[in-house]
Amino acid sequence: MHEMGIANSILHAVKTEAARYPGCQPQKIGVRIGELAAVDPDALQFCFDVLKQEAGFNDLELEVEFRRRRHHCDLCNDEFDVKDYDLHCPKCRQPTSLCVSGDELELAYLEVEEHEPSSA
Amino acid sequence: MNRVALEKPVLNENNRIAAELRERFRQYGIFCVNLISSPGSGKTTLLERTLESLPRSERVAILTGDIQTENDAARLRRFGFPTKQITTGGTCHLDARMIEKHLADWNLEDLDVLFIENVGNLVCPSSYDLGEAAKIVLLSVTEGEDKPLKYPAIFFKSELLVLTKVDLLPYVPFNITAAEENARRVHPGMEIVRVSSTTGDGLREWMNWIARRRVRQPTLVT
Repeated sequence: MHEMGIANSILHAVKTEAARYPGCQPQKIGVRIGELAAVDPDALQFCFDVLKQEAGFNDLELEVEFRRRRHHCDLCNDEFDVKDYDLHCPKCRQPTSLCVSGDELELAYLEVEEHEPSSA
Repeated sequence: MNRVALEKPVLNENNRIAAELRERFRQYGIFCVNLISSPGSGKTTLLERTLESLPRSERVAILTGDIQTENDAARLRRFGFPTKQITTGGTCHLDARMIEKHLADWNLEDLDVLFIENVGNLVCPSSYDLGEAAKIVLLSVTEGEDKPLKYPAIFFKSELLVLTKVDLLPYVPFNITAAEENARRVHPGMEIVRVSSTTGDGLREWMNWIARRRVRQPTLVT
């Protein structure tokens, strides 16, 4: 439901970042979304495609890297993907509480078209 | 093609304002909580019971968010504490800028506790930091006990779960133990209080939680 606002924030960040590369056209923005971030990647893609036209970034592509929830087991000193809310370590079966990833809502990278060498 | 690493939150601007608010709350020793739930879970009623039980000398203020109407502010203002409605006009959550704007003409030196009642929604408010010390999620017994599993983000990010309307338990097929287990599957060790704003059951535990948690809030003497 708030994916429109999220898409808007992403485009705002692209605009700010792109201003640092005068003459370059931003081509792709990479974002990381965790399963606990309450953001639906498909809805975000839809909103992004609508808003990017208005922002004048018609060719800008959105790449979403979806992150599963991962927990850390102190006993095994290892990480595992949490499936079906089972927070027990798959190796030692002890319950874990340290969540190391899965709530990301992050800008990862921006790809901009490089400058053409000046002929002057 | 040139790839530039960004490595920052999407909601960087919101987070920046939230961090400023958090710092101001810390400076003035204000304990701020952000109440989140589905529409109709009893956020406003819980706040009514809370304000009703407080002496007028308590330095408490309320910001209450809705898409339209001043109804909730009108209900809460009756208790004599500073109260403002934030009408979002369609936005499904509060963001840090709205909080900043509505705090602008309040003297923060006069406040010890700020209750923020978010727009009724279990999804979007979970993404927006408002500078609060703690998020609190409410779940009423007329909803499903699997809600923590369906909407894990907000249960994961909230410190406290308030199970509301527990006076209705004899009349609804709500397994309260299962609801608590589900919340703790998403958020191990989550604190939980059971409350009925109608009978007053559990209100003492709720107020005690606020009092205990408030003490943990670091304050800066200026």
